[in-house]
Amino acid sequence: MPDKRTVHVIITGFGGQGIVMAGEILGKAATLYDTKHATMAQNYGPEARGGACSSQIIISPEEILFPYIEEPEILVCMSQEAYTKNIKTLLTEGTLIWDTDLVHTRKTDMHFKTFHIPATRFAEKLGSKMMANIVMLGFLSAVEHLVHAEALKKAIADSVPAATKEKNIQAFTAGREYGNSIVKGLLKLEQAKHQD
Amino acid sequence: MLAKEVKTGMHFINGDEACCEGALAAGCRFFAGYPITPATEIAEAMSRRLPELGGIYIQMEDEIASMATILGASWGGVKSMTSTSGPGFSLMMENIGLGICTETPCVVCNVQRGGPSTGLPTLVGQGDMMQARWGSHGHYEIIALSPSSPQEMFDMTILAFNLSEQYRLPVMIMADEVVGHMTERVVVPREEEIEVIDRRKPTVPPEEYNLYHADADGVAPMANCGDGYRIHVTGLTHDERGYPAMDAKSHEKMVSRLVGKIRNNKDKIIRTKNSYLDDAEVVVVSYGISARSAMQAVRDARKEGIKAGLIKLETVWPFPENLIRSLAPQVKGFLMAEINGGQMVLELERCAGGACPVGLVSNFGGAIISPGLISNAISRIRRGTA
Repeated sequence: MPDKRTVHVIITGFGGQGIVMAGEILGKAATLYDTKHATMAQNYGPEARGGACSSQIIISPEEILFPYIEEPEILVCMSQEAYTKNIKTLLTEGTLIWDTDLVHTRKTDMHFKTFHIPATRFAEKLGSKMMANIVMLGFLSAVEHLVHAEALKKAIADSVPAATKEKNIQAFTAGREYGNSIVKGLLKLEQAKHQD
Repeated sequence: MLAKEVKTGMHFINGDEACCEGALAAGCRFFAGYPITPATEIAEAMSRRLPELGGIYIQMEDEIASMATILGASWGGVKSMTSTSGPGFSLMMENIGLGICTETPCVVCNVQRGGPSTGLPTLVGQGDMMQARWGSHGHYEIIALSPSSPQEMFDMTILAFNLSEQYRLPVMIMADEVVGHMTERVVVPREEEIEVIDRRKPTVPPEEYNLYHADADGVAPMANCGDGYRIHVTGLTHDERGYPAMDAKSHEKMVSRLVGKIRNNKDKIIRTKNSYLDDAEVVVVSYGISARSAMQAVRDARKEGIKAGLIKLETVWPFPENLIRSLAPQVKGFLMAEINGGQMVLELERCAGGACPVGLVSNFGGAIISPGLISNAISRIRRGTA
């Protein structure tokens, strides 16, 4: 079941990775195809291209007033620079998600809920690293239930170029399945802990 | 086949795009502008959408020309607009005055960023509020609106066109970087549900027509160039025929009407969104993006049992003078939240007339005001320690 809280998500990486588009798809899914409110604010400077870039999305069952995110509950990092810049802001009990091949996290991050996926590698295998953002959205949808997966698929379908629709849905599914397998694995681990 | 002018349905779009869609829904078919952050997306959207609707998009050499061009387009009979940010708004001032003097309906959207000068191109500001009111020379009245969300960017752009057509003047949309760039759900109603007002046309035969002969509400019916009426448009002080008349008496008559058509219709023009005012002890007044922080602070205060209320200015100009005057003796104080060193607060102080304290929560730009700062100020005003 999707989350009933107000959730603050920051997706961050470098220009050209489709970071803003990922945020837009998430917001679209929440507001147009699910029953929630969403606000996406954009952070960029005149030096944005190729540099750090992020999209900030608030998803809530209620009207959203303050559009800035100071301490996200969920931080998705798709570049080392973005990780370094944003990790300080993540809530202590927050969720940290990253691209396995692009970000090296520190051992001290282990108090967060952590998940990682080689999203760019997955996307390359599917034919284009341009879809890494979509793989990441699939993965995010499995590890954090922000909006219904069906809503996300609809939002992807009307956001990407028509010719790439099918490929992008495949990318989403690949990320989601990988995430589901990790979550199931985690559950087993959790259960094992309780047996001790 | 022409594309859809009203994109009925739900959209997840930013404030700038919503402004473009609102303009098109209001019947705007001419845009002249010079791209500038954070208003560029309005021009971009217009450059895509206008040609598909048979309209005209022109990228001008600068903002002086942009403003001049939309005035000309309006006299040609088409609803026109431009968009800009601080530096461009400064350049537009002279021709905004021309628009006021020649009574030319059009819309100027200023997506405000931090100033003065080039300032903070990509970051928020609300520092052009007094410039909107007094930036052109001479004495005049103005109508300016301030949206707080992409939905309001859509709704208020339609309203801006309606007011400009009704009262024959350039109407300003005083948005800001956050509202312009923020993406939210925007509901576009069905075409038949959108109220669109068009300029009044002359009903007399051409030989009896005087360009500036006003009806009872102070507004003169407007013939467009090419309609077959005699038209003489000048920025010089002019008589009812539009001919230069440069003496004190003619000037008094012309400016009285320019000022009067807004002042005398103030009650019909002014719009505020009032929340929790009935029993409010502290009333926060705010507009644009700052009004959202203010609303959060007011709701937080109410949760703690503090009787706070909010007046969100939808029209920042004219200012809701009577509302403030009537509340001032009943409340413990007013508070203005705005992203500048204190501009609309001056108007609030003037209208409160010393009947209660007036506080200011602000910064000079670059970031929006956090609700916590407003909450603290509400407590201080309530305790009388502001």
